[in-house]
Amino acid sequence: MSSSDAAIVVHDLHLTRGSTRAVDGVSFTVPRGERFGVIGPDGAGKTTLFRMLTTLLVPDRGTAHVLGHDVAGAPWMIRPQLGYMPGRFALYPDLSVAENLAFYADVFDTTVAAGMARIAPIWSQLAPFAARRAGALSGGMKQKLALCCALVHRPTLLVLDEPTTGVDAVSRREFWDLLDTLRGDDLTIIVSTPYMDEASRCDRVALMQAGRFLAVDTPAGISAGFPLPLLALRAADRIGMLSVLRDFPHAVGAWPFGETVHYTDARVGAAPALVLAELREWAGAHGIADLEGEAITAGIEDVFIHRLAEHERAA
Amino acid sequence: MKLRTIGALMRKEVLQVFRDPPTLVQVLAIPLIQLVVLANAATFDTGATRLLVRDDDRTPASAAMVAELVGSGEFTVVGTAVAPAHIEAVLRRREAAAVLQIPAGFAAAVARGEPTAVQLQINAEEGAVAGLIQQAALAIVERQAGAPSTLEVRQQGWFNPTRRYKDWMVPGILVSLTTIIGLLLTAQSITREKELGTLEQLNVTPVTKGEFITAKLLPFWGIAMGIFTVGLIVSKVVFAIPTVGAVPIVFLAAMVYLSVALGIGLWISTVTQTQQQAMFVAFFVLLIFLLMSGLFTPLEAMPDWAQAVAHANPVMHFVGLMRAVLVRGAGLAEVGPTIVGLGIAGAAVLGLAVMQTRKTLE
Repeated sequence: MSSSDAAIVVHDLHLTRGSTRAVDGVSFTVPRGERFGVIGPDGAGKTTLFRMLTTLLVPDRGTAHVLGHDVAGAPWMIRPQLGYMPGRFALYPDLSVAENLAFYADVFDTTVAAGMARIAPIWSQLAPFAARRAGALSGGMKQKLALCCALVHRPTLLVLDEPTTGVDAVSRREFWDLLDTLRGDDLTIIVSTPYMDEASRCDRVALMQAGRFLAVDTPAGISAGFPLPLLALRAADRIGMLSVLRDFPHAVGAWPFGETVHYTDARVGAAPALVLAELREWAGAHGIADLEGEAITAGIEDVFIHRLAEHERAA
Repeated sequence: MKLRTIGALMRKEVLQVFRDPPTLVQVLAIPLIQLVVLANAATFDTGATRLLVRDDDRTPASAAMVAELVGSGEFTVVGTAVAPAHIEAVLRRREAAAVLQIPAGFAAAVARGEPTAVQLQINAEEGAVAGLIQQAALAIVERQAGAPSTLEVRQQGWFNPTRRYKDWMVPGILVSLTTIIGLLLTAQSITREKELGTLEQLNVTPVTKGEFITAKLLPFWGIAMGIFTVGLIVSKVVFAIPTVGAVPIVFLAAMVYLSVALGIGLWISTVTQTQQQAMFVAFFVLLIFLLMSGLFTPLEAMPDWAQAVAHANPVMHFVGLMRAVLVRGAGLAEVGPTIVGLGIAGAAVLGLAVMQTRKTLE
């Protein structure tokens, strides 16, 4: 893929902030029209990466081309085509909803009317509050206004830094549904989130930790790439079960997941039924008599925790 | 520079000022209240000085001198002194602000036309008041004695010899207030956007540094000119300050001067990260500017290096220009170079603010 076909081409990007290597050798490509997710915990380097892509920070080393232009060399070519929603609400609280929207249309030298086709599905939900000051909106409404303001000039790349952080579960789902309405218009979206469950709403995701990408693939590909037997296990004594499972000789990891514990076995290709039988025997010998469970396919979170543990063992 | 972009940024700025009640009070009410209060408070009129008299001469001539002091209305005699220790105690207790000692043989010496000495001890804790007492007493004593006295004459050019203090002080106070408001508002304006996070969003737009600074300058420049205009009207109507020279010259100079003052505010705002940091730097700059403006302390009394610094102070030049035009009637030919100088300083400081503006995060 040549760089002109891709919305984002990043090669070996580095940036040290203070004494932290916030972004430590990241390379990836996002084709035009794709919805690309960057998933990782707080402090993984997602915001620093996004600020380099949006020309707010200059990389120490490596290159990033956004919409065909180098972020360090030609930021003025990138900004007019970019819609950016920072992680923190960044609109004017003293200005009304309509005034904020008109302001962002004006500074991009366009009009709200010209951008209405793009933002119509979102604006329809905001219109009743058009005269309300932005600072007085609820969290979910603020996100929608920020999305409108980022889209009103019809950008070709939308950069969303943790748009759903601090928003309730219903508003989170609504927000992703709104992003679905933007599909099919040759709009590329790169979005970061700490919520693993949002990975499935992206075309491809990158798992980010400590300034590095641990994996880049489709959500299905990431799950399918999990090489080891994985079981969801239950017992009355969850805490006791956890330490007993971690002591099992073939254990790679055991992590609490809601009501169950997800257990990963080190033996590639081992039959899950056999592993479960061994585990029950082991647990019974260590005071856990009621161990139950079944084999499951890995979710993004399982992969992430597994990759993270591998990464830490390697370091 | 796109006019449309600047217009949008300016409209946003004005809306923000007029929708934020604390800012609105800061802009509209405080300057005028301060002008009225300070103009009435900033006077060197000390009223009648309480005088303790020790007359060792006890002649008609010495009594006449004391009577003259009292008759002038500048002094009231609160007692007659005895021992030197008593004099010091009275001064310490602040029962008297000054002590006049007339030596024995004073009348005889005056009659012979010989030099003689009267001693005036003044509580000099407050230098300005002491200076006034000294000057008032000197005039009377010299007249009475008809001979040079030991009172040392020191010319202090900073108070108005005709005692029309308000003519002198009100223009200065008006300049101070306009400077304070304009500089503080601009110093806060960019850091506020840094704190709100709105600057991060704004930096990912095609808005240029020049457009950004222009749009930050003009609304506050308009507000400061408004404050200045209303203040000048209040000065004329309430305090009857003279307007000997042409008022349009004063307005022209104010327009140029404010580009310097607000440019400094904007520059502070570009190099600081929070409103609190900006306020600290702004207050530091304001204190130096105002105290070294010749408004409160005479430039002539400063050491050479301080005078050199004061000459780089735009407030000093504008206060001087206001007084020259309004009180003395100076014309454009005289103050023109000052206006040009202020214009150069304004262009320089605004250029610096544009250069310091960062479209990236520090």
